[in-house]
Amino acid sequence: MLAASVNAGTVLALAGLGLLVNERAGVLNLGAEGMMLIGALAGYATALHLPGGWMLVAYLAAAGAGAAMAALFGWLAIGIGTNQYATGLALSLFGVGFSAFAGASFVDKQLPQRGRDGLPWLRDLPVIGPALFGYHPLVYTTVLLAAGLAWFLFRSRAGLLLRAVGESPESAHALGHRVRAIRMAAVLFGGAMCGLAGAYVSLAYTHLWVENLIAGRGWIALALTTFATWRPARLLLGAYLFGGLTMLQFHLQERGVQIESHLLGMIPYLATVVVLVLISRRASWIRHNMPASLGRLFRPNI
Amino acid sequence: MLRLVPRSSPARALTLAAPFVALGLTVLFGAILFVALGHPPGQALALFFVEPLRGADAWSELAVKATPLALVALGLAICFRANVWNIGAEGQFIVGALGATAVAMRAHEGTHAALILPAIALAGIAAGAAWAAVVAFLRDRWNANEILVSLMLVYVADMLLGYLTYGPWKDPDGYNFPQTITFLPVTQVPLLTEGHRAHVGLFVALAVALAAWLFLFRTYGWFQLAVGGQAPRAARYAGFSPRRSLWTALLCSGGLAGLAGALEVTGPLGQLTPHLPVGYGFTGIIVAFVGRLHPFGILLSSILMSMLYIGGELAQSRLGLPQALSGVFQGLLLFTLLACDALASYRVMRVKPQSRGEKTAEKTVVAA
Repeated sequence: MLAASVNAGTVLALAGLGLLVNERAGVLNLGAEGMMLIGALAGYATALHLPGGWMLVAYLAAAGAGAAMAALFGWLAIGIGTNQYATGLALSLFGVGFSAFAGASFVDKQLPQRGRDGLPWLRDLPVIGPALFGYHPLVYTTVLLAAGLAWFLFRSRAGLLLRAVGESPESAHALGHRVRAIRMAAVLFGGAMCGLAGAYVSLAYTHLWVENLIAGRGWIALALTTFATWRPARLLLGAYLFGGLTMLQFHLQERGVQIESHLLGMIPYLATVVVLVLISRRASWIRHNMPASLGRLFRPNI
Repeated sequence: MLRLVPRSSPARALTLAAPFVALGLTVLFGAILFVALGHPPGQALALFFVEPLRGADAWSELAVKATPLALVALGLAICFRANVWNIGAEGQFIVGALGATAVAMRAHEGTHAALILPAIALAGIAAGAAWAAVVAFLRDRWNANEILVSLMLVYVADMLLGYLTYGPWKDPDGYNFPQTITFLPVTQVPLLTEGHRAHVGLFVALAVALAAWLFLFRTYGWFQLAVGGQAPRAARYAGFSPRRSLWTALLCSGGLAGLAGALEVTGPLGQLTPHLPVGYGFTGIIVAFVGRLHPFGILLSSILMSMLYIGGELAQSRLGLPQALSGVFQGLLLFTLLACDALASYRVMRVKPQSRGEKTAEKTVVAA
């Protein structure tokens, strides 16, 4: 149960961490779902064409695909200044359509069997073995990444600059920093992370590709950034919590609880709504933590 | 060197031309896509832009799909104009269909069409509006983001549809297929002509468009709605209620999406199945934007988007391409439209390339 929660949570954490960096720079990319879908497909397609040991390449391809979609978003929303909400929505809608279209021939293709995850010897220890050492490498990478991002955002000069761009792009611009370039870099990072998260779903989690594979996880990841008040450690925790909630339905079914599977399937989505309400209730707290320019267009030279 | 220089206000002619330029670009990208897939682009594009207009059957199908799209988009236009980002119209559409089904399943031999049809429509409107009201309530009471809440409720609605069709509402004589009973003919939305699927919902959509136009451009209430949504503080000074904007926008769009769901399930479908949602709620977002959030523009863009839907179906049946192709076109159209819109507020100017020294000097001036 714990292991399953962590696995499910890692998807949300990967995407959420990327989106968090986006939003810290003041850009809200609602295209997360689309970028994850395209990343999932790019990773899957690459893995099918490569021998078993080349999984890293597949993940890199997914990150690249995610970043490419983010570049498109960035060019529109940051470069020429389209509405961020509408552009993000367009990216999500396009991603759903494009991945379904391009992925139609992969639906019934199987990935070759993978070896067991985790660290040899250590994973066979009783109790703590499966709980600590039995995961996919990306799970550990995610934890390290969250720690790294926390350091980057709050302890490094570059992180301070990123946050400054998100809080007050005008001041950062006046100080001679290239606001749009910094935002673009943040958006590309977010896209790469969403692509990676998508590939984690298709390559390590479900081992298959179906239409609309991501099933709303991108949107849940977007909600998580608010839930975490834009802090990496809280985001990681929140992601595992949500992962647990997703797993709850399967757990309950195994226990033989007599609830229809469709009703159980509502749990993660309803939980997102409930958590969002709990978090948003204190408006002043959200306003205090939210990057001040989030979602607002910045145009230099006006 | 050419550079984009911002205009003080968007060029009016370019703003009006944007949808057409966007459509042209989409066709161009589509042609490139078909060539890349190894299909002759002319023949494939004809499936999207010519075939859906050929013959009475084609026009009827065009209307069948344009009707729900227009209804959904008209509601969303009111929402977006009030700066309320309801992107869960798909969920409101589904729940509207559920409400209509609940009424339609109660029909029996002696039921009068004059009674049951309005009841079905009202049930759909009420159910859709209620689903949207959840979003409005959570936003109003606890400030929960309407984008995420409305979207999460789409997934919940879809699960609810699955639960009902696989469970309590399953037709006992349906060979265990997940579907309700076939509704009695009395609940069928009247057809425009015998033998075609187009129904009077088309006139409902036209009437709603007219009503929306009157509301948006001929009433003071709309002005209050727009100010309340776009500038809550200004609205408070003026004595308008931003809360009322929120509720009006969401109830209107939820109700219209619900009505579209009701017409769909009692019109062309005639029974409820888990395959009811085909993305009208999401495509409605694109329809609303392509139609410039204007009721009459939306009527035109809903026809265009309906063509893309039918084109996708034809591409599947005739060329063996996945139906998701229509989604690709729709996404492309929205992208290119947003880009054209943004570019309308720039002008292209010839700028002398700057030397490095000049640039630094400029920066110093800005910093000072």
